[in-house]
Amino acid sequence: MSDKLYKIILFVAALVMPVVCGGVFYALVTDAYEAFDYFGFLNFLTSSEWSYTEGNEQYGALSFITGTLMTTLLALIFCIPLSLPVALFVGEYFKGTKIASVLSTITDLLAGIPSIIYGLWGFYTLRPIMISLNISPQGSGVLTASLVLAIMIVPYAASLSAEFIKMVPTDLKESAYSLGATHAEVIRKVVFPVAGSGIFSSYILAIGRALGETMTVTMLIGNTNNIPNSITSTGNSMASIIANQFGEADGLRLSSLIAIGLILFLITALINMIGKVMIKRARIV
Amino acid sequence: MNNLKIKKRLVQDKFMCWGVCLLATLTAIPLFAILGKVLLSGYDQLSWSFFTEPTPTAYKAMKAIEAGEPIPGGIANGIIGTMIMLGMAVVVAVPLGILCGAFLAENSKTRFAQFVSYLTDLLQGTPSVIIGIITYVWVVVPMKGYSAIAGSVALCIMMLPLIVRSTEETLKILPASLKEAGLALGGNKARVMMKVQLPSAFGGIFTGVLLAISRVIGETAPLMFTALGCSFVRFAVDKPISAVPLLIWEFFNDPNLQELIWGASLFLLLFVLLLNLLSKYIAKKWNQ
Amino acid sequence: MESVTPMLEFKKTCISYTKQTMAVKYVSAAIEKNTITAIMGPSGCGKSTLLRAVNLMHNLYPNIRVDGEILLNGENILAMEPIDVRRRVGMVFQRPAPFPTMSIYDNVLSGFALNGIKLSKAEKDAIVEHRLRSVSLWDEVKDVLNKKGTFLSGGQQQRLCIARALAMKPDVLLMDEPTSALDPIATKHIEELLLELQKEVTILIVTHNMGQAKRISSKSMFMYLGELVEYGDTEKLFTNPVDERTKAYLTGKMG
Repeated sequence: MSDKLYKIILFVAALVMPVVCGGVFYALVTDAYEAFDYFGFLNFLTSSEWSYTEGNEQYGALSFITGTLMTTLLALIFCIPLSLPVALFVGEYFKGTKIASVLSTITDLLAGIPSIIYGLWGFYTLRPIMISLNISPQGSGVLTASLVLAIMIVPYAASLSAEFIKMVPTDLKESAYSLGATHAEVIRKVVFPVAGSGIFSSYILAIGRALGETMTVTMLIGNTNNIPNSITSTGNSMASIIANQFGEADGLRLSSLIAIGLILFLITALINMIGKVMIKRARIV
Repeated sequence: MNNLKIKKRLVQDKFMCWGVCLLATLTAIPLFAILGKVLLSGYDQLSWSFFTEPTPTAYKAMKAIEAGEPIPGGIANGIIGTMIMLGMAVVVAVPLGILCGAFLAENSKTRFAQFVSYLTDLLQGTPSVIIGIITYVWVVVPMKGYSAIAGSVALCIMMLPLIVRSTEETLKILPASLKEAGLALGGNKARVMMKVQLPSAFGGIFTGVLLAISRVIGETAPLMFTALGCSFVRFAVDKPISAVPLLIWEFFNDPNLQELIWGASLFLLLFVLLLNLLSKYIAKKWNQ
Repeated sequence: MESVTPMLEFKKTCISYTKQTMAVKYVSAAIEKNTITAIMGPSGCGKSTLLRAVNLMHNLYPNIRVDGEILLNGENILAMEPIDVRRRVGMVFQRPAPFPTMSIYDNVLSGFALNGIKLSKAEKDAIVEHRLRSVSLWDEVKDVLNKKGTFLSGGQQQRLCIARALAMKPDVLLMDEPTSALDPIATKHIEELLLELQKEVTILIVTHNMGQAKRISSKSMFMYLGELVEYGDTEKLFTNPVDERTKAYLTGKMG
């Protein structure tokens, strides 16, 4: 094979990415167009109506955008007190030891569990607990979904944060020790500030994962098409409304679902891009 | 006074250390809780017939429940469907992903490669439910029906960025001298890539492929709008087909079939975890 | 009184990384107050290991064992709380390492911040100015105190690190090849500074550079393969060494 042919083959293979991504964007936009055209773009974003009575179809994305943001934000809040200790355990306290690699294997495996199985566990183990604690009558809702979601994103946040914590130079830590600091003080006043932007960006990427998580949320959020009025009430996320209704929808409803898909795609793309750019910056420093 | 302060700080230090250890260990609990729940609920459902028979109809299952018998049938249709779709996805995604990864590794400085690299991140971050929508629009609508092909296209799109990344990263960490030595011996670039670089990177790429498989094998949402599901064993690729995660979803929604959830989940979970451990093991061996 | 109790005294100090081998073997030496003592020797002779032990740096790494005694003002530091010892013994490392997230001002005060000691604004200003003056950095940085310490040149960064260590008013200042990463002019600056500083602090410096030891130290130690081969007045050690190994090292026949 000549060098020229080889170059062409590689180039053609690389073209697959622009083609697929362009296709994703194009298909989402063209199929969402009907809904945006019918309801108006802003109106679609700000309406929380979702009714498919024939002749008076009303679709808006607000309930689901709220549902997604609520579950993601709560998941992030629950995720931090678990993932930060894991990152410190692996990247600082037990850096390079056997026990650290055991813990990181466990978190890796946690990342590998299919989301439908997280959903089952949440439904059959966590939901009854929520009911018996009198948190909500059916046990499902934003809070239940967020708790399981938090566990799902711990591995991502923890492994990336640990990487940045490991990169804090020994010189700096020893300097701080030589001034009389305890381990806790070194972590608070040297490790966190130095690794801070990297840790922050790993949480941004974890948010990116939580935003699009489908099955777990679908099985646990309760699937009601309203804006959740508290963290224990039921609702729907953007991904879960699509999973629930896509199979049976056509016409304007299908287009509305695809429009929600487009919004979700844009939000995750934006969050992921911010996260990646920040990570690159944090690596250079 | 001075002494007291030191004591207080040392207590804080200990407190933080124990807090970190405690919370970090807490994170391991969900893994074992999930494994335990699935194992305990599912182990007695696993039998030979569970893997060789297709899903029973809801009516049959209801009759069996009324008669107090175990539900007949199993998940053979799902296993076959998963294998067919995964097989087709792997056949396309692996060579394409490796070539694309090789392109990125060889041209990492060009504008176009940086663009492709960015798109790879974008695709990797795209929620799987959106990949489902897209495949529906691209494949299901033109073909006028759900099919195994559509399902495999969805899986293929999800695997691609993972394979591209692992290939690119593995090729990039190979010593430059390897490539130079190959070129110095008179091989052209294509031959050096095929005979020297790719074989040396085999471990990393193989690990990447295994991880990609383990990531998509449990995917449910994108298959719901593409493969749809099917209650019997089928080999046709242009017709709706089942998959193990799809079956779990069906069992979850059908009160008559709920007994089958845990057997299917146990099978899927063990398969995914073993793939993960295997890829970790291979990566470790290869790095030595 | 002061001449009775040495500032720092090693008593049969042994340090080992593994059970089989000792990196430092039965070192005994007394170091007087307000002197500069240089520790020389080929690389791997244990000089840095010995120096770091005075600041209990080995406590950070679980495998390292220290036996014998190290006395600070007559107290065995091996039996004391590390954070207490480290506040009384300052350390400056080979590569300048100002805290990159802190300003020059905060770097000087970082010892107080790390130890959770609260100071008034006036106290802070006074300490910063005094310390930066004593490392003759004040005139160069007084207008950019709020800039990050990492903007300074290597020599300035190292002087900032010395100021940071001095701010805690240590009895002893340990220096681990503090000029090996610096250019000759910056090195000269720091050497002049150390001669000035010995009035207020006892300095123990590890150096590769024999000229440096000769220029600044009043006492010198020569270590080889973990042993303290020779210890005495720098003048005498350089002109009339007792041990063959010292002689070989000084004439360049070794490491």
